[in-house]
Amino acid sequence: MTLLHVQDLALSINGTPILRDIDFSLTAGQVLGIIGESGSGKSLTAFSIMRLLPPGSLVSGRIALDGDDLGARTETQMCELRGNDIAMIFQEPMTALNPVQTIGDQVAETVRIHRQVSRAQARQIAAATLERVELPNDQFPLSRYPHELSGGQRQRVVIAMAIALRPRLLIADEPTTALDVTTQAQILLLLKKLVAQDGMSLILISHDLAVVAHTADTIVIMRQGRVVEAGDTQRVLAEMQHPYTRQLFDASGHVPVRSAMSTGREVLLKVQGVSRDYPTPRKTLLGKPGFFRALERVSFELYRGEKLGLVGESGCGKSTLTRAILGLEACQEGSISIGGDQIAAGQLMPRAVRRKMQVVFQDPYGSFNPRHKVGRLVAEPFYILDQQPRGTARRAAVSAALESVGLTADDASKYIHEFSGGQRQRIAIARALITRPELIVLDEAVSALDVSIRAQILDLLSELSADHELSYLFISHDLTVVRAVTDRILVMKDGVIVEQGTTEAVFQKPQHPYTRELIAAVPVLEPAS
Amino acid sequence: MLRHRNLVIGAVLALAFLLAAVVSLFWTPFDVAEIDIANKLKKPGDSIYLFGTDHFGRDILSMIMVGARTSIAVALVAVGIGMLFGVPLGLAAASRHGGVLDELIMRTNDLVFAFPALLIAVMITAVFGPSAINAIIAIGIFNIPVFARLTRGAALSVWQRDFILAARVAGKTATRISLEHILPNLLNLLIVQGTIQFSLGILAEAGLSYVGLGAQPPTPSWGRMLAESQTMISFAPHLALFPGFAIVLTVLGLNLFGDGLRDYFDPRIRRGSR
Repeated sequence: MTLLHVQDLALSINGTPILRDIDFSLTAGQVLGIIGESGSGKSLTAFSIMRLLPPGSLVSGRIALDGDDLGARTETQMCELRGNDIAMIFQEPMTALNPVQTIGDQVAETVRIHRQVSRAQARQIAAATLERVELPNDQFPLSRYPHELSGGQRQRVVIAMAIALRPRLLIADEPTTALDVTTQAQILLLLKKLVAQDGMSLILISHDLAVVAHTADTIVIMRQGRVVEAGDTQRVLAEMQHPYTRQLFDASGHVPVRSAMSTGREVLLKVQGVSRDYPTPRKTLLGKPGFFRALERVSFELYRGEKLGLVGESGCGKSTLTRAILGLEACQEGSISIGGDQIAAGQLMPRAVRRKMQVVFQDPYGSFNPRHKVGRLVAEPFYILDQQPRGTARRAAVSAALESVGLTADDASKYIHEFSGGQRQRIAIARALITRPELIVLDEAVSALDVSIRAQILDLLSELSADHELSYLFISHDLTVVRAVTDRILVMKDGVIVEQGTTEAVFQKPQHPYTRELIAAVPVLEPAS
Repeated sequence: MLRHRNLVIGAVLALAFLLAAVVSLFWTPFDVAEIDIANKLKKPGDSIYLFGTDHFGRDILSMIMVGARTSIAVALVAVGIGMLFGVPLGLAAASRHGGVLDELIMRTNDLVFAFPALLIAVMITAVFGPSAINAIIAIGIFNIPVFARLTRGAALSVWQRDFILAARVAGKTATRISLEHILPNLLNLLIVQGTIQFSLGILAEAGLSYVGLGAQPPTPSWGRMLAESQTMISFAPHLALFPGFAIVLTVLGLNLFGDGLRDYFDPRIRRGSR
């Protein structure tokens, strides 16, 4: 039985066509995956179904829920439908909940909007729903506030709000993108369980083919506002009729061509017993402030020419370690030495040492001052040299750096907003390379990018490391990428390195239980036979 | 830009008064220092005097024009003082967030905030004697914490961005980062606040002159024109009307202009105001 039928859906916003010829249908009790890269129109397709579109939108085509044409409904009638028959969960659990309301009130609110029930009854339903999303009431009473919960627990509350009235259709827009890999696996499992229990249909929107491939019965692949391929998941992945599907598939598991693993044993970076404490607020008026230990005696070495991976989930101390290595914050114990220069605990890093490192950050949108031109942005690290190149030499260096990352010298006179996310990340790499540092720290450098762009950037890094003999510390939560690009990895949990070894050895024979858990949680995309 | 109605109306009003002030430097219809008792208390439009004359027979239009000059000069310099000291203090406080310097700057700020601005202005003029210069200093001092607090708050959010981290990796000092990266990202905000403080400055100057603590005679000033008209308001209401309108329209114009600028700079509000 078909629950949702979308026919010839087209959408334009202020005259700009956004979606065209969208056709798909969803059988009751099944999971439909919508896959596409950013800007493909996958979220707006979902918003079209909910009819939650920005002003200036013009929709045509037919969307029918159980034979009932949604286009014919008035806004008031749509309000009855939303939350009742169709519910939605969003990507960012940190902002999807109201921080000043308890979780019980927020779940009960959905119930009270649509059902004529008393406050007490609504709370009973809320309590039962929270149990269903595996937040047991004895551990997570209704009186908890969102800030007392972790990201995964908050996402469970968001799911509870969505399923409290047992809707017929649940739309999940990137529900696990902001979560750690082990939490992601748990949330996907929960969604599958709820679909089976309630006979609900689920639209799972994601940029990650692997996530959808394991969960969805049918998939729709979107690109530039159109459906390029649709059908049964197994069949689509086996046949891959459209070249874009193939391209997406290849990019997801992309392994860049690599130079042979470095065999040099010259230590470039040596981190010895580094600990870092952060003060926590005083518990009492006159009490001493406490300390939170973010890093606990971390020790490792990075050899010249090596690509070292550092993996761990959010809050494990990856960023703290990065900051310590870059000399942005002094550590409380231990020492860091780079190329023979040792920095002891509590010491600030001298410029001469800092000069040996550069960094690429995760967010291609936040890592540049929007008011400077690219030429100035790329040349910024020159400041750390004793003799800054000036005039023609400076311009030549900027051009060379831009060209080495696949951009042109003319791009130096543009502003950063003229570039796409992938191009910005190239500019970030150009900025990191311009002073020819010995070590580049890549802090989640490809995590915010679409798979096809990610593949290009990984290739670029691989080429650059061959040309420039680079050493890099690759920090990521994405194990697939880390496996593809690094020689050796460190696994970090709660400020401690729990395992280290060559990448292949760790992936094939993980020793520590946490490493095993991490590896097992990674959704694997295998070509269907 | 013409879509923003507030911005256009505000700009037109503010520019009209700016123009009046500039023109008064070279030319006014009559000399404001010349007393002509024969033509005293003429009604507007009665004779060659467009806005009429006051009890000394001075031309009101000329006095409004020269008064605009006084108001604008006092407010502009006062806002300038506020920005010149407030912005660097705010930047410094933000760059040492949570440190001793931050606390010192912000608590001193709180201290200045704790006193009503006009009261302190009255005290300053009581000690140093009433004059336009003292009015400027008094109003200027109270602009400092306004700009310091605004700058610090906005700067703190810019400090969180990744490009600041990149600049720190490049070894740039906090001062350099503040000037190169933080300040340019605050300009919109400061321009908007500057416009609004400017209108408040005009209001404060009028208030001080009204009680006789601002610009001294014979320099015409809107506030004092209002004060002088008080005893004659029953038979010569035009004496109060014109300076009153001048104050209201300038302040209104500058506020609309400030609001309009904020809408113009903020793309989120920009969409709504179409």
